[in-house]
Amino acid sequence: MSNPENLGYTAEHEWVDTADLTAATVGVTKYAADSLGDVVYVQLPEVGAQVTAGESCGEIESTKSVSDLFAPADGVVVEINEAVVDTPELVNTDPFGDGWLFRLRVESEPELLDAAAYAEHTKEG
Amino acid sequence: MSTPSPLHAVHEALGAAFTDFAGWSMPLRYGSELAEHKAVRTASGLFDLSHMGEIELTGPEAARALDYALVGKLSAVKPGKARYTMICDAAGGVLDDLVVYRLADDKFMVVANASNAPAVAAALRERAEKFDVEVTDRSADLALIAVQGPTSTAIIGSVTGADLDALKYYASVPAAIAGIDILLARTGYTGEDGFEVYVDGDRAAEVWRVLTEAGKDHGLLPAGLACRDTLRLEAGMPLYGNELTADFTPFDAGLGRVVKFDKPDGFVGEAALRRRRDADVETKVLVGLVGQGRRAPRHGYAVLASDGTEVGTVTSGALSPTLGHPIAMAYVPVAVSEPGTALTVDIRGTGTPVEVVKLPFYQRPA
Repeated sequence: MSNPENLGYTAEHEWVDTADLTAATVGVTKYAADSLGDVVYVQLPEVGAQVTAGESCGEIESTKSVSDLFAPADGVVVEINEAVVDTPELVNTDPFGDGWLFRLRVESEPELLDAAAYAEHTKEG
Repeated sequence: MSTPSPLHAVHEALGAAFTDFAGWSMPLRYGSELAEHKAVRTASGLFDLSHMGEIELTGPEAARALDYALVGKLSAVKPGKARYTMICDAAGGVLDDLVVYRLADDKFMVVANASNAPAVAAALRERAEKFDVEVTDRSADLALIAVQGPTSTAIIGSVTGADLDALKYYASVPAAIAGIDILLARTGYTGEDGFEVYVDGDRAAEVWRVLTEAGKDHGLLPAGLACRDTLRLEAGMPLYGNELTADFTPFDAGLGRVVKFDKPDGFVGEAALRRRRDADVETKVLVGLVGQGRRAPRHGYAVLASDGTEVGTVTSGALSPTLGHPIAMAYVPVAVSEPGTALTVDIRGTGTPVEVVKLPFYQRPA
């Protein structure tokens, strides 16, 4: 599985598209989606919510388990993906595309891994 | 290091995700566990259950030894039949739930959960000491492959010469697949009609291949332990470690019917289980809970009464793939165990309404 080069990654398996830091798109990686199994429920932060880097801001529930969704950076949620709330399996079928979770107005420089460093991280994991 | 199944290479070739389970590395899923779950309900699934423990008792007093060692009356089981039963400690606590096959007058096979298999083998050895019987733990060299689902009869029928009309639920018969000797049993843990195939580990890959081939026209999918858990939960079947532990007697789990007191030589746990049976103390009972939406009660979550007091604990729960709503099992006091009773489950801080229902949640169409 390849992690897109243009994205930044967290050790908690989120990806962030940093091209526009006023509305940075956040999702979970294919590695995370594969580890979770079939995602059946996604709880996202509300639009306008203030989130803190490294802290839980939602949940992803698969048939077998519940995982926290961690904010990849400090910021304010500006948009959430309603489609993924209605159709949680998008996280499995298209984690880097239609399975995106929310968009964040980033308020502090996020500390992210590049694709190569993230690939190394999942190899160790 | 966890023990690989005799079918490990087969699973790797199929791209399985593995999980460590009771010291074994077993397939969790091959692709989507929801697709595997659905295949078992609508066609068939092919499972590797080689982690299960198999302990044989052979000898003229094998039946007497099991009558003493287990809570069931295995001497009443006819050769070729099987029985769901339990092994308890002296205090009546459940050490494991078991399926016991009577293979001949003087030969039984006890199938134990992987996590308990060494303890069950040790307990059987100790309890069988005063009887003329030999106890052999065959867990390491026997593989177990299950075919479960509505098309399983067609699949098994096409690869064995066995008369499947004569093979009733909870029965077994020696048979062969591609010339390989197997024990064919009509048992399972999914709520569907299905078969379990016991075979020597070194021939298991061949049997798996033949079954896969035979299943091609019958919607057979390889299926992992993830869907096995949601299938058994929908069918209201207990899982050792969740619904059953040594802290509870069979009566607490609503399975007191498996305890047989009419055994002349007595059995381990008898005195404690008699007291539990005759007690008028209100202990907790296992019930089904259903909810709405998509958030499922999970193992360990608190169950609350309408006034907010904690009354019980969820033992297993999931969003039911077949029914589309959350289902769970929980231990609650008898007073709030009637179907229709409204309760609340604390789902990670959110009180979520649930209703008590009769188990099972799912029953296959007749």
